[in-house]
Parts: sequence; C-alpha cells; structure tokens
Amino acid sequence: MSSSIIGKKVKVASVGLDSFFNDLKNEGADAVKVDWKPPAGGAPAALKVLEDLECEEVDEANSKAISAILSAEPKFVGMAIAKEVIPELKGMSLSHSGPPIKWERMSGPMKGAIIGAAIYEGWIKDESEINELIKGEQIKFMADHDVSAVGPMAGVISPDMPVYIVQNATTGNKAYTNFNEGVGKVLRYGAYGKEVIDRLNWMKDTLYPMFKESVSKMGPLSLKPIMSQSLQMGDELHTRNVASTLLFIKEIAPYMTGGGFTSSQISQAISFMGGNNLFFLNLAMAAGKVTMDAASGINKSTIVTALTRNGTDFGIKVSGLGKEWFTAPAPVPKTLFFPGFKEGDANPDIGDSAIMETNGFGAFSSAASPAVTQVVGSSVSEAIRVTRRMYEITAARDKSFPIPALNFEGIPRGIDLRLVIETSISPTINTGVAHRLPGMGTVGFGIVDAPLGAFDKALQRFGQIV
Amino acid sequence: MSAGKVLGMIFLAKIMKNEYRDSVFLMRINDQVERMPGVKRAAVMMGTDANKDLMKEAGLYIDQVKDAGPNDLVIVLEADDKGSAEEALSKAQELTSKVERETRIEEEPYRSLRSAVAFEPDIDLVLISTPGEYAYREAMRSLLLGKHVMVFSSNVPIEKEIRLKELAERKNLLVMGPDAGTAIVSGVGLGFFNVVKDGPVGIVGAAGTGIQEVSSVLGLSGVGISAAIGTGSNDISETIGGKTMLMGLNMLDLYDGTKTITIISKPPSKSVAEKVVQKAHESKKPVILNFIGNEDFSPSGNVDFAFTLEEAAYKSHLKATGKEMKLADWVNPDKLKEVSDMLRPDQRFVRGLFSGGTINYESQAIFKRSGRSVWSNSALDKSKKIGGFDNSKDDTFIDMGSEEYVRGVPHPMIDFRFRKERILKEAQDPSVGVILLDIILGYGANMDPASEIAESVSRVRAFNKSLIFISSIVGTESDPQDINKQVKTLTNAGVIVTPTSARAADIALKIIERRWKA
Repeated sequence: MSSSIIGKKVKVASVGLDSFFNDLKNEGADAVKVDWKPPAGGAPAALKVLEDLECEEVDEANSKAISAILSAEPKFVGMAIAKEVIPELKGMSLSHSGPPIKWERMSGPMKGAIIGAAIYEGWIKDESEINELIKGEQIKFMADHDVSAVGPMAGVISPDMPVYIVQNATTGNKAYTNFNEGVGKVLRYGAYGKEVIDRLNWMKDTLYPMFKESVSKMGPLSLKPIMSQSLQMGDELHTRNVASTLLFIKEIAPYMTGGGFTSSQISQAISFMGGNNLFFLNLAMAAGKVTMDAASGINKSTIVTALTRNGTDFGIKVSGLGKEWFTAPAPVPKTLFFPGFKEGDANPDIGDSAIMETNGFGAFSSAASPAVTQVVGSSVSEAIRVTRRMYEITAARDKSFPIPALNFEGIPRGIDLRLVIETSISPTINTGVAHRLPGMGTVGFGIVDAPLGAFDKALQRFGQIV
Repeated sequence: MSAGKVLGMIFLAKIMKNEYRDSVFLMRINDQVERMPGVKRAAVMMGTDANKDLMKEAGLYIDQVKDAGPNDLVIVLEADDKGSAEEALSKAQELTSKVERETRIEEEPYRSLRSAVAFEPDIDLVLISTPGEYAYREAMRSLLLGKHVMVFSSNVPIEKEIRLKELAERKNLLVMGPDAGTAIVSGVGLGFFNVVKDGPVGIVGAAGTGIQEVSSVLGLSGVGISAAIGTGSNDISETIGGKTMLMGLNMLDLYDGTKTITIISKPPSKSVAEKVVQKAHESKKPVILNFIGNEDFSPSGNVDFAFTLEEAAYKSHLKATGKEMKLADWVNPDKLKEVSDMLRPDQRFVRGLFSGGTINYESQAIFKRSGRSVWSNSALDKSKKIGGFDNSKDDTFIDMGSEEYVRGVPHPMIDFRFRKERILKEAQDPSVGVILLDIILGYGANMDPASEIAESVSRVRAFNKSLIFISSIVGTESDPQDINKQVKTLTNAGVIVTPTSARAADIALKIIERRWKA
C-alpha cells in the first residue's frame, strides 16, 4: 500500500497536455510522458464501457487470467486418432479453423481442405462429389476452437486424422492438433490432389504409430523449454519454427528406434520433420490453446483468449465473455509472394495459428526473430517496434520467454481488450497466406492486423453485462 | 548466365554457388524484382528440393536450375525482353549482396498509462490534464495501479469524483482534484505553480490561485514550502466531505519537514468545516485556517484563522519562523492620492476582471466587509449572481477562469484575449472608476502578462484618462517571468501594482469610496 508522497523524491507521469510534461522537465523533475489521445478515437459509447471496465473487479479478474497464462505448463503427452479424443467428431463431421462458418460462406482454401478431408475419409472419390454431400447437409462443421482443438490455415481435422495430445500440467486441460504437412500443395492451404492425400495417409499409417510409440516411451515432453530456447535462437514460433523443430527432433529422435519400424521408415520420418521448418508449429499452437483455455471463462476478465480466422471471418474470444465469438471480416494479409504468385491470389486471413500471437509469440515476439523481421517490415528496428507496440496492448511481460534484443525483456502476453480499444492498436499477426482458390496451396507469408471491429463488438457485449 | 526463349518470353537464370541467404530475405528481393518493368515472374531462392518444386509449379524450373544445390542461390527470371531480364538479374544480384544498415531504434512513447507504469513501476504520481470527459478513467486507472493522482482537468462529474476519492481512501492514496490547478510535492511543481524553495510551511488548498498567492508571498518574504496539496474545488462540498483536504492535512501532520500547516479554501460546507477544524485541533502543529472571508471561527489552541490570503501568509510566516513577515510594497501613497483626485464624481464603481477564482472570491469578501455587495458570475452573495458573457452593473467582479470563459480557449492566466476585450468594454462605461485585476506568474502562465495589460491600458488612455487600474501580481523572483520587470512594465503603464490581492482590493475600495481624498 502506498503511503505519503511528501518528503520523498517523486517521479511523475504526465497524461495530457504536452506543456505540463515540458514544464516538469524544465524544472528538473523525473517525469514520464504518456502520449495521450482520446480513447477509442473519442467514440462516446466506447468510452462509457471503458470507464465501467476500469475497476478493481476487472483488474482482479485479469490478474487471475494472467496468472493462468503465466503458470501454464503445456506438455506433449500422447497421440490419438481424432475421433477417439474429440467426441464431437462423430460420423461425417469436421472441425475447421476460425469461428464457425457455413459452407456457402467458406473461402476457397477452406473448401479445398474440406474436399481433401472428405476424400481422405473416403466419403467422396473426388471433388466432383462434394456438392452432393453439402446439399444433403451430411457433413457437420464445427470450429476447432470449440472442441479443444487448433489447426493452422484451414485447420481441418476429420475423425480419422491423427492428432497430438497436449496437456496443461497446471490445470489438467487438454488440446488437440494435427501434424504439420509442410508448405506448398498441402491440405491446410486448400490443396487436395493425390500427393496431398498420399501424404495424409503416410502420416496416419507410418508417422502416427511411430510418434505414438515414441511419446509413450519418452513420457510427457515439456514444451515451454523448447519454446523459450527457440525464441533465443531466432524463432518467433509462428512463421519461423526452425530452431524449435530441431530441438523437438533432438528430443524425440532417440525414442523413434527399436519399435518395429524399418530404418528407412525412421529415416523418412526424420527427413520429413527436418525438411519442414514449420513442423513444430502445431505443437506450439496446442501449447497456446491449453494455455488460453486455462485463462478462459473468468467472469469480467477482458483478456483475449482466442484470435483466429476461417478465411472469411476473423473471430475473437474474450475470457469474461465465455464461449461467444465476436467477428469481423478477415483482412487480406500484406504478403510476400512465392514465385509465380501475385497480388490478388491471396485469400483473406485464415487459420487458428494466430493462437501464437494470442499467447505472445509470432508477431508479438518479432523482436526475437531477426530472420523473420523481413516479413514483418523492412528492418530489425521495425520488428522491435512491432513488439514494443504489442506491449501497449498486453497485460504482462513474461520473463520465462526473454527477448535478447530487448535486453532480455519478457515477451508481451495477455492481450487486454480494454487496451486494444483504448489505443486502437490492433494485435499484429505473422501468417502463412493461402491461395484464394481451392486446390492451389501456399502463396507466401505475410503480416496482418487483426480487425478492430471484432474487438468493438466484444466491448459492446461487456457494455451490456457490466 | 544462360537464356532460353519460350513463346516470345525470355528466361534468364543465374546460379550463385555457396551463397546462402535466409529465405525470408530472398522473398523480399523476389517481390522487388518481380515488380520491375517487363518482368513477368521471378524466383530468387535457395536451390533446395522444396524450392525446386515451387519453381516447377511456377514454370520457372529451367534446365540450368537442375544442378543447383541447397546452398546455391538461384535467380530465375521470366521477362518480356532480354533488356528487362538482364536489368532485373543485375538488380537481384545487387539486392542479394546488399547489407542493410540498421536504422536507429527510437524510443516509442507510451500510449497508455498502463504501459508507462508497467515499464516504469517507480512512478509515484500521475498528473492528468486531459479534457474532463476522459479524466475520470485515467484517474481511476492511476489509483488501480497504486499511484497518487493529481487531476488538473475540470468538468469531472461529482459522482465520479466520489468514486475516485472513496477508492483512494481505501488504498491510502492521494487524489488531488479534479479541477486542482496547483500542487507542489517534494519540490516538484505540478500544473500552475510558482517556484519556491523548500521550507517549513505545508499548504492544503481547495483554491488553486489561493495556493499560488500564499506560496508566492511566503516565497517573496523568504519562507519556503514543504508541500502544497491542491484538493480541487469540489472537495470541500458536503458530497465529497473534504476527503482530500483531511488526508492532506494528515500527510502534512506526519511529515517532519512541515512545521506549520496552512489550509486555504472558500468557506466549506458546515459539516466539512467542522471536520477540518476538528482535525486541525488534533494536529501537533500550528494550523492556520484560511476559509476566505469567513469570520465565524475564533482562534483556539494550535488553530488560528485568517480572513485573506495575505493574512494566511502573514500568520504562517509568524508561526513557522517566529518573525513578522516583511513584504515589499510597490505602491506610492502620493500616486494614489494623485489618481484619486482625477476621478469624476460619477465614477462610482469598481469592475474586477480576475483570472484567479480565489482572488475573485476574496476581493468580494473584502468589499462585503465594507458593506459593498458585489455582482459576480461566481457570487459570494447568491442574490448577486450576474449571468451572461459580458454583463456588468455597479460593482461587478468576474472570474474569467470560470467555465463559460474557458470553453475551447486557454485559461485567462495564459490567454489575455477575453480580459483585454472586457477591459475595453468596461472602460467605456462612465460609471466605472477602477478596474481591478490580478496577474499570475509562474509555470503554466503567460510569459509576459504585464505587456498584455499595458497594451490594454494604453488603448484605454486614448479615450479615458481618469480610469484607474489596479493589479495584484502573484509570483516569485525564481519564476520564469522576471517579476521585477513585470512590475516595472505595469507601473510604467500607470497601473497600481500590489504584491497581494487583498491589498489591491483594499486600495480599490478606498479609492472608490474617496477615502484617499484629502
């Protein structure tokens, strides 16, 4: 508890008139300036809600949410076939990235991935049969996030796909995610050709049993140390997972032998992991999901627990607003294209992988990843600026994940809806970019700002309940 | 280098052996090259198998690329003509070998108080000067973050002020304001303040200009200030109950550096006055209560009362030092008589145009004590309230810092426009004999107020020779404006200048009642 300020050296923060800050400096006082602007661009309705949310109850609720985030201990504990662990995936049902969406409104890559999953499941022979299935409303769609799952890009998980099981050792909750297939012609980017289906089958028939056995021999693998170390090694863990993938291989490789798999199968599996710089991403995402789920459903908390996109809509969830989705149209990322692709090919933002930013990684940790900064902007200083900007909208800095370039300052974690609205600073997201047509695949990598409209809606809901 | 030709398009490729570049770095170059005129498509990438697949997809996998290995940098271009292709190739090579110079990383300003406090947790106090409608939230946030607050902003609804002060009370934090113009905390001046040295007198005040005048007068007479706590004007209302005033009194009581406590405010509501008086009696230190213009109380024990700001300064000086205050007087009695003699008999009224709300109030009290009840927009007598933007009759004193005069324009301590217009208007009224003014120096105030007033006086002199100007000046020799120069400028313009507002009102009273006449 603070006591008197009389008779001790005081440090003053000035919020408002520049002249007062300048006067403080001129009289030699220790002073800090807040670059104040009317909150929410001066919108009176938003200001009213922001005022109501500026209270002890919200701060306390947020402290609980932040403590859940900081104390989460995500561990890779096992493998399963999706329908064994996700009860909602019964019969002809699929989960997908982003907020819930109907087929009619789905983007090209989402539709492509669903066609691929239906072929993989044997529901259809080829894409020509999909319309029949859709007309009959035979496939039940649901959001990954609503069934304790996450998946990058289209994020389609079908009943017979293998999934990782990640558990939060602190709270016991689990999350599921699929294997990462690499880039190019892959299901999650909307491709569904033979090579895509062949790869999925190989994953199920070879990689899955090998992983299942390896992880049971290895025991639960803590993901936090891998993530922290890889951050030191230049990954931001969203669009760059080079170090994390290698660190993961180092952990699992010793357990891959001796289980009845041929040396060529093992070699193929290790090459596959090593050849895919995003292999670890899915595990990192599931780590984010078990972390954010532990921070969900705390009454009055304004901490954002999900940022995600389905290629059409951008959706967010907020701890104190429970399971409700708040959406806005998904923007098209500012993209660096692979050769052969150009402006106009890019689909609007897609994927659950923004769970990485929700959890403090990806663009939020740009300053830790000089190599990725060129996606983020033109220079390392711009990347540092992005991380600094994210500090403005987050409630905590987590020293478990120090950023060398910021003098080992912790990464920004725990997006506070109030701060997003107040400063009009959008969470920035690093992302892969899919072709807007089904069947095409990856077109590049890019950067995107979460649309503020989704946050505005969440604030309005708070306005109705506080 | 080799070139192929397919369907009128030029293909050009270059393999740079053992030239590893990061893929993202190359993607940017790829993008830049592809945008060059005449270029259809480009691949600038390492020769890995995955990248070769991408090149195949893009139709850029020409023969020459086959031999490239994972450590070889591959540049393939498809262009309309040979010239464009060659230009693009040379650009690509240039870009891949360019070292980007890091630009300076500038400090980003904090965009919200939360981030300022997160990064600088040793912040003790937050000074809030946003427009009033935003101030509550910032103040609430300061308290939630465990910081003391000074809310300079006005127009914060009273129910919000209560919420702030109740939370502050629970957290043992000080909320100065809303509408607190002045504070000095541990030698740091906040808002509008005068430069004074550290010393034995601690001030708590609900009246910003009142605090400025008392601290300046003490400063001019050589006595320093240990702290000045501005409570804001609403604090002493029944609704707020003097929460800040009582907490401030308590803080000064506990602080060893404070030897004498001085409380300055318009007379509080009855219950608040009683609480303050009781609390004052509980103090171990001498307390001077300056409920301006109030004569209901009589001194007892450690508590004494003062009618004017000057009297408060005088008594504080005496208690703190044991010596009488010696304050320079810049007024020449002969001059007073001379100007009084020039008044026509019909010049019977005084018009006060003040920038200090407290000074307006005190001047009315001084006039009332002599039986002259004054019209005002902020009236001591409720029955003497005068409305409208520029109405005046008989004796009229206007607080030009009140809400109707500062909407969208700076305070009259800074911006003299309205006061100068009003001086001209009053000077045209033949019944007016004296214009009574105040000038506030110090941080936050106009840098040369005397010249502003002198200019008005000279314009008035063109048509009105007998009108008398009197102005008090609040300031110290350490203020950024040179007080001696300010006094000189005013005196040269023919203005009668006093070091306290009470003396100015007193002189105005004596002149208008013809008491200087021989």
